[in-house]
Amino acid sequence: MAMRFNTLRRHMRESFKSIGRNGWMTFASISAVTVTLLLVGVFLVIMFNMNHFASKIENDVEIRVYIDLTATEQDKQALKAQIEAVPEVKEVEYSSKEQELKNLIKSFGEEGSSFRLFEQDNPLSDVYVVKAKQPEDTVKAAKKIETFKSVHKVKYGQGQVEKLFKTLGIARNIGLGLIIGLLFTAMFLISNTIKITIFARRREIEIMRLVGATNGFIRWPFFLEGLWLGVMGAIIPIVLISLVYYNIYEFANPKLTVPFLQLLPFHPFMWKISIVLLVLGGCIGVWGSMMSVRRFLKA
Amino acid sequence: MIEMKDVYKTYPNGVIALNGINVRIKQGEFVYVVGPSGAGKSTFIKMMYREEKPTSGSIMINGVNLAHLKDNKVPILRRNIGVIFQDFKLLPKLTVYENVAFALEVIEESPRLIKKKVMEVLDLVGLKHKARFYPDELSGGEQQRVSIARSIVNSPKIVIADEPTGNLDPDNSWGIMEIFETINDRGTTIVMATHNREIVNTIKKRVIAIESGKIVRDEARGEYGYEV
Ligand SMILES: Nc1ncnc2c1ncn2[C@@H]1O[C@H](COP(=O)(O)OP(=O)(O)OP(=O)(O)O)[C@@H](O)[C@H]1O
Ligand SMILES: [Mg+2]
Repeated sequence: MAMRFNTLRRHMRESFKSIGRNGWMTFASISAVTVTLLLVGVFLVIMFNMNHFASKIENDVEIRVYIDLTATEQDKQALKAQIEAVPEVKEVEYSSKEQELKNLIKSFGEEGSSFRLFEQDNPLSDVYVVKAKQPEDTVKAAKKIETFKSVHKVKYGQGQVEKLFKTLGIARNIGLGLIIGLLFTAMFLISNTIKITIFARRREIEIMRLVGATNGFIRWPFFLEGLWLGVMGAIIPIVLISLVYYNIYEFANPKLTVPFLQLLPFHPFMWKISIVLLVLGGCIGVWGSMMSVRRFLKA
Repeated sequence: MIEMKDVYKTYPNGVIALNGINVRIKQGEFVYVVGPSGAGKSTFIKMMYREEKPTSGSIMINGVNLAHLKDNKVPILRRNIGVIFQDFKLLPKLTVYENVAFALEVIEESPRLIKKKVMEVLDLVGLKHKARFYPDELSGGEQQRVSIARSIVNSPKIVIADEPTGNLDPDNSWGIMEIFETINDRGTTIVMATHNREIVNTIKKRVIAIESGKIVRDEARGEYGYEV
């Protein structure tokens, strides 16, 4: 649909005029979008970071296979081959009991020196450290390995891993549900606002139809008005969330020493969130506006 | 040319507003539509610019049957028919000039042409000097002249008016009729529903009388025929 430049300019002018004219209505709908996008934005930031943490933790999840003390060198080789043959397994690393003891002593720091006594008669087992291809497959792989010969026991943070994945999944779903609910609320509010705008301009529309303006033409200014309302509603959330996130990232992140509890870097993460919010705002506005206009133009 | 054949209109609430209308109006005619209140005059008028669809029957305007006209073709029809109402339907926040130009802007006429045409019709209705006035700075008669200017600015072949003098005093009413005669002299068909006995009996034209949704009288150079 080709549109004259003049026509486009007219639609723009009309949409801005209407925004200025309906002062407090405009304010109300922009506020509705602002509140919604603020909440959506915070949710998105939290969810993406949670996902980020989760994937870090997930990647860290390993299976420790303790080898029977009685196992011979041959048994160990056989076991390694067997583990490697499990389809879910990505890699297998061997850690001798001497290595294990050193790690243990190191992890205890100063007090660890008392473990030195054991250096003569090491009570620990040799261990295969196994990683699954998919973190979610950790449990499955561990269950299989448990049944193999020469395996004394298998540890993979039993229960913890399963619980973690379950909790994350639920949190994600609740977040998504809330976001969808909020989006619909904002759309509904916008559509109500535009309905009032349309009502205020019903005489204009009546005359437009009377003198033969097409429905497409009549719709344009409302389409644009909705778009502006949505986009303007996105400005405060973008600025606010960016500022807060920047500060948290700059000042709080260095203090987070736990390796997997690292925030997503400000850039490019915040750019992406900003674009998502802007597009979301625009869509809410346009969709809300179209809902009202369609109903009005049907008659 | 306008031709209605066996036109019936029943509103959703069950009121039968038109009860078998058959009529032919040639290009360039001037027709009064008279009749008591609730007779169906406005409904008859609405049929012609497709504000309402007939329940049955056909309405041909220049070879197009409005009974089967698709919704997306209605704008084209409206561009070729001027419509005028008792209540002027002007936009209060636009000047006289802007109100008239509005009709051309919304059908995407070129700005140069808009200016030329608007000034022409404002001259025709005698309001060139008040182009920058707002509607509430004008008398009722002047406002109606603006609405006439708007209805004819796209040079339609047909102008229909539903009680155009209904809100006006006699002086202003005669002024409006003068403009209608001028437009009619240029070959434009005029169909005008009215309760104005004085006008109908003085400026003699074809009179179609409607009662209870039926045409009960159709005379060239007729009389108003009702005591009010
Ligand atoms: N939109 C509508 N819905 C239902 N009934 C309607 C509608 N418009 C008109 N009517 C009914 O149809 C009948 C004809 O109405 P119409 O407006 O055509 O009469 P009219 O001749 O123009 O009357 P008046 O001289 O008072 O303007 C009336 O009984 C009226 O109540
Ligand atoms: Mg009427």
